[in-house]
Amino acid sequence: MPKLLTGAEIVFKCLEDQKVEHIFGYPGGAVLPIYDELKNHPSIKHILVRHEQGAGHAAEGYARSSGKPGVVLVTSGPGATNVVTALTDAYMDSVPLVCISGQVPTHLIGTDAFQECDTTGITRPCTKHNWLVKDINDLSKVIHEAFRVATTGRPGPVLIDIPKDIQFAKTKYKKPNKEKKLNGKSHNKFSQDQIDELVNLLSKSKKPIIYSGGGVINSGPKASQALREFVELTGFPITSTLQGLGAYPGDDNQFLGMLGMHGTYEANNAMHDCDLLINIGARFDDRITGKIDEFSPNSKKVHIDIDPSSINKIIKVDLAIVGDVTSVISKINKTIAKRKNGHSKSNKSNIAKWWEQIEKWREKDSLNFVNSDESIKPQHAVQRLYELTKNKDTYITTEVGQHQMWAAQHYKFNKPNRWMTSGGLGTMGYGLPAAVGVQIAHPEKLVIDIAGEASVLMTMQEMSTAVQYNLPIKIFILNNQYMGMVRQWQELLHEKNYSESYSEALPDFMKMAEAYGCKGIKADNPDDLDDKIQEMIDYDGTVIFDCHVDPNENCFPMIPSGKPHNQMILGPNDQEENKIKGKGKALV
Amino acid sequence: MPKSKSAYSIPTKKQKSDTYIFVVWVDNEAGVLARVVGLFSGRGYNIESLAVAEVDAVKNISRITIVTTGTPQVIDQIRLQLTKLVPVHKVAEFKREDKDVIFKEMALFKVVGKRNKIEKCLNACKKFNPVILDETKSSAVIQITALRREIDVMNKKLKPLGLISTSRTGAVAMTRGAKIFN
Repeated sequence: MPKLLTGAEIVFKCLEDQKVEHIFGYPGGAVLPIYDELKNHPSIKHILVRHEQGAGHAAEGYARSSGKPGVVLVTSGPGATNVVTALTDAYMDSVPLVCISGQVPTHLIGTDAFQECDTTGITRPCTKHNWLVKDINDLSKVIHEAFRVATTGRPGPVLIDIPKDIQFAKTKYKKPNKEKKLNGKSHNKFSQDQIDELVNLLSKSKKPIIYSGGGVINSGPKASQALREFVELTGFPITSTLQGLGAYPGDDNQFLGMLGMHGTYEANNAMHDCDLLINIGARFDDRITGKIDEFSPNSKKVHIDIDPSSINKIIKVDLAIVGDVTSVISKINKTIAKRKNGHSKSNKSNIAKWWEQIEKWREKDSLNFVNSDESIKPQHAVQRLYELTKNKDTYITTEVGQHQMWAAQHYKFNKPNRWMTSGGLGTMGYGLPAAVGVQIAHPEKLVIDIAGEASVLMTMQEMSTAVQYNLPIKIFILNNQYMGMVRQWQELLHEKNYSESYSEALPDFMKMAEAYGCKGIKADNPDDLDDKIQEMIDYDGTVIFDCHVDPNENCFPMIPSGKPHNQMILGPNDQEENKIKGKGKALV
Repeated sequence: MPKSKSAYSIPTKKQKSDTYIFVVWVDNEAGVLARVVGLFSGRGYNIESLAVAEVDAVKNISRITIVTTGTPQVIDQIRLQLTKLVPVHKVAEFKREDKDVIFKEMALFKVVGKRNKIEKCLNACKKFNPVILDETKSSAVIQITALRREIDVMNKKLKPLGLISTSRTGAVAMTRGAKIFN
């Protein structure tokens, strides 16, 4: 007769069988049996965070940078509610997380017991699925199913709520089933006919653009490889969403930069004027589309996505291909190659005029800014950081706001999984704990959180985690003393009424670094910037870099709300020019 | 200055909404109804009526029938989002006007009054297969099955005849002929 295991032992058996190496968590009353069992499983390392939200974001950083699901362990009640922000963030950005939460014993559920909350109720709208395990015999099946749900199809977070008595109860352990049938939810539903139709569109198009997104990253490194081949085969221009950065090399000539609200002039204009739009693993987010009625008005639209509910949700498309990006693009590449053998006519000549137009847009140099000798411009800081770290296979996380957009605009990624940012939910405080998770997954790599001083204060407590585990993460704070993006919107839309967007009493980040037991570096002079950045890179340990930047800098270009792609506000250089020509007003 | 004082776009023109009936086969497990209903409320879809019960005790399957309104795009989204839920096996939807589908609601009317009034009530209900479930000298409970709007009408009509309480179900649906939903 097989040995009977406790619920807590089964949890670890499952994690071992799922090849989990790290879990991020915080103990508490309702998960103590699981924590008690931790010592017996040396292959699983627990990272103790300082707040459960930090555990969630760290697991997100871990997952996004490694392609493996992130695992979170929290207690009932406040432990579970604290992790809700991270679960929602993961849900919006399709990050695979498995969150295990403790719950009060089954006989106390519903009695308002100490540290009880309706965890499955609260997390139902922010997980792909969740389970409350009330019978020990279901436990192993549920945990394995949870990993399957989190990692298949469009990835996302799941939660397993385990009451304390179930953690003590005993039963036989069941190994995961090999490939269960997918409940009618298989993911590759495309046909060769659809691929042929797409290839026909490709060859007819005169003004094509590829718009790729986070789905390419989620599909794995092979998807990026296939995408690169596809772009090379077709000669088409490609732009990317915030989450898709890195899938295609940021310094390649065919790459037009990011699109959307703070995207480049060339990318947004190409989206607007194209006659063929190929969306690969993106979801027509409202930060991307601008005004829906005037979004890319004259194009045939193709949408490749693994999630059928993403198709036609916002933008009606002409051809939808539901499937995993790797499989779909590989199939397209094969089909193109086959056809080319038949008749070698390439459509690259078709699009020569289009490239001329794009080059004209490029001449606008829409990411330009007026640099200064006196104060550090935040864009300049990101550019210098990029130049000094680009040869190092660097992993970048960010918080949310202006610094995030400047990082996306000026830091160029050449590989997938190197860029971790909170896009959908826009969670300030994401970057620091995410950097912790990234560094755990890649102990030898350089991991930098490009941060804002307001965002980073939201999860600053995780510095303590970084120091405890000797994680040499670098927190590069673009300190402008404002909630910069809020200030920018107030300047542009609310008559410069800077309501509550200035942080009156910021901490001294140098002293803060000292208090946490790590290194603090401060820069406020453009002349010293390079040396200071180099000092940060060379330092073998955790660093808080307090980079004082011009507080009044705005993030340009931008599409004002309710405007289409071809009505962008450009940077200060261009605004000057247009004022003289009397065109400035038309642009805003 | 741009006109919109918001980081979001302004709502654009609305398409025409139609009434649809969704039939959803789900695992009969704890919380499944909350998942389905939560999807509707969370995404701003409305529910006109709802009926749910286990239909296969062996396979542990419940059948949920939901009447909702939405533009074609919203109806598409509802189907696709429902299909994504883990405990959902199958989703079918059809327009209320669809001639190939029968749908019915049931109502219980409690009428209190003299015999002749109760008789009048029964008469009025004649078209809808009235069944008397309980009867005393001064009261009756009448069951009818009909369409939603027919029950609405009856509800109004019976008020002056002594109707004091109405209880009604959501719609349930079934295809005509030998075909089943797929």
